[in-house]
Amino acid sequence: METKLMKGNEALAEAAIQAGCDAYFGYPITPQSEVLEYLAREIPKYNTKEHIRVVLQAESEIASINMVYGAAGAGFRAMTSSSSPGISLMQEGISYIAGAELPCLIVNVNRAGPGLGTIQPGQGDYFQATKGGGHGDYKLIVLAPSSVQEMADFVFLGFDLADKYRNPVMILSDGAIGQMMEKVTFGNYTVHKTEKPWATTGKPESRGRNYITSLHIQPEKLEEHNLKLIEKYREIERNEIRFEEIMTEDAEYIFVAYGLSARICHKAAIMAREKGIKAGMFRPITLFPYPSKRLNELAHKAKLFLTVELNSGQMVEDVRLAVNGKINVEFYGRLGGMVPNPEEIVNKLENLISKENVS
Amino acid sequence: MSAEELTITEKTDNNISAESDTETDTDNSASEISCDTDEYSVVYERPHTLLDVNMHYCPGCAHSLVHKLIMEAVEELGIQEDTIGVAPVGCAVFAYDYMNVDMQEAAHGRATAVATGIKRLMPDKYVFTYQGDGDLAAIGIAETIHTINRGENIMIVFINNAVYGMTSGQMAPTTLVGMKTTTSPFGRDTSVYGFPIKVSELISQLPGSFYVTRQSVNKNTAVRKTKKAILNALNYQKLNKGTCFIEIIGNCPSNWKMTPVESNNFIDEQMVKTFPLGDVKLPSAEDLKQLNQIGDKQPC
Ligand SMILES: Cc1ncc(C[n+]2csc(CCOP(=O)(O)OP(=O)(O)O)c2C)c(N)n1
Ligand code: SF4
Ligand SMILES: [Mg+2]
Repeated sequence: METKLMKGNEALAEAAIQAGCDAYFGYPITPQSEVLEYLAREIPKYNTKEHIRVVLQAESEIASINMVYGAAGAGFRAMTSSSSPGISLMQEGISYIAGAELPCLIVNVNRAGPGLGTIQPGQGDYFQATKGGGHGDYKLIVLAPSSVQEMADFVFLGFDLADKYRNPVMILSDGAIGQMMEKVTFGNYTVHKTEKPWATTGKPESRGRNYITSLHIQPEKLEEHNLKLIEKYREIERNEIRFEEIMTEDAEYIFVAYGLSARICHKAAIMAREKGIKAGMFRPITLFPYPSKRLNELAHKAKLFLTVELNSGQMVEDVRLAVNGKINVEFYGRLGGMVPNPEEIVNKLENLISKENVS
Repeated sequence: MSAEELTITEKTDNNISAESDTETDTDNSASEISCDTDEYSVVYERPHTLLDVNMHYCPGCAHSLVHKLIMEAVEELGIQEDTIGVAPVGCAVFAYDYMNVDMQEAAHGRATAVATGIKRLMPDKYVFTYQGDGDLAAIGIAETIHTINRGENIMIVFINNAVYGMTSGQMAPTTLVGMKTTTSPFGRDTSVYGFPIKVSELISQLPGSFYVTRQSVNKNTAVRKTKKAILNALNYQKLNKGTCFIEIIGNCPSNWKMTPVESNNFIDEQMVKTFPLGDVKLPSAEDLKQLNQIGDKQPC
């Protein structure tokens, strides 16, 4: 066990090394360039003839994601990281990777947009990450860390889930979690080696050729493939839902938030309790698969959900779907890289409660 | 140095593993077949590295022939186990249905990035890409230049047929000046679309390119030269000295609206004026000496 004080992005990079990441391809963009910088410095130390480890600054995010495709298709643990505009550029490649069912890790240290936006934190890429982003019908497994510790932990988890389901995994972080420094503990993680008999490692006499593709030109075949993917996503939904609950047992008012917003809502819930309001917090950790069922259960007990996001209201749609009209789901968001403070959120809740009491 | 200043040598005598070039178009080895007995001696057969299936290519199209040449070379070099191919979107997107080696299908323009991902992790394998002109010289030109600039130790086979074949004959970056396509119905106008890109000359300027040649497959002698170029390029991967680039002037009878014969003639009559055949960049004598020392030692 080793505890260090690290930036989120660096903790993530260190975890990648420890998780046996064979290849990292990336392109500089704030606020995540530390990942590439850290790995450019550290990976060569681990590169041996027996275990080739690669870090490469690509000419673009388009090239990065396609290098990931090649390396993942050859059976290696491959990853890339970027921030919002760069992730937009990768979408075609991500769709191909999902279609070809290649395990890999993609990290988005979300900044505020649209367009060039700003380098400050945002959560405006929720839809892009969870609803497809690229073309066609596919899903990423999406993990949302809310601490530096989770930036590291989710790399291990992400690679394992990617290998288990032959599916791309995205860590959806944000500029604050990526840049902040916190304590992080690296445990004794065992690198889980998954057999990849489908990988293009060169065709020995003993087997037919392997090929990686997302092309199924006959509609019957593509539909078959689509259905197979959907069945996989259902299985992921059955097995992999993760969330955290704070003071929800007796909560009448529940904040629903992920990542940075969840940290702030945690504090807001404590402050509300101090004011005598029975508040709690629900934090989805997997954004796909989404913890809809648990939210629905909580809606039986609570009076109101307040979803807090650093966008104009994206995850709130999933919360409303989960609750299915059972209780009122309100939204509070800040935009443009602005981050709310806990007082602001408590005020919003108090306003909502007083309105409820009037009506 | 401008592209025009480049010396284009018609033919290399630095070939290291191909048979001699003395055969001619009239050479007829079929005379070996004796019909008097039940015993036939096999003088030619499909390489085992090429799957025994019908190809989807239009009759007379260069793609099928070049597939065969690459697979013959892989078989002759005995590197089937160690070869990984990448074919992006384009008429050859189904290459993995024909080539009996491990393969990856790539997004349009991204084959060399995919190949980089493969080769960097498996430097002992032979990795090649197989790309069209739209793919390599338009949407994927950044990947092309940067892959070669990094000197990725791969073979790029570039099928230049001056059109977007797969999408039914639109103008490509290599479409000849004045050539009619579905998106240049009055002929390519340089004031609107500029000039055809001479990719071989362009990338030969990059120190990362090791061997650059432009060939064709429109007649038997040309086919043999192309085969040798492919053998060379695969062999050179053992040296780990940079990217080998084989541009092949291909025909697209369907979209050129010609018969296969007419399209083959068009290459000699028109295409080579813009895209002169021959070697653009060759390994040095020193490099070849080193290669001979390595010999057939596997892997690359
Ligand atoms: C991103 C993207 N844009 C466009 C296409 C459509 N498309 C498929 S192949 C192709 C051009 C192929 O031309 P070329 O690379 O010259 O190959 P050829 O078919 O001539 O061998 C295009 C534009 C695509 N598949 N993906
Ligand atoms: S469209 Fe052109 S390039 Fe494509 S298979 Fe037919 S002849 Fe060949
Ligand atoms: Mg073409």
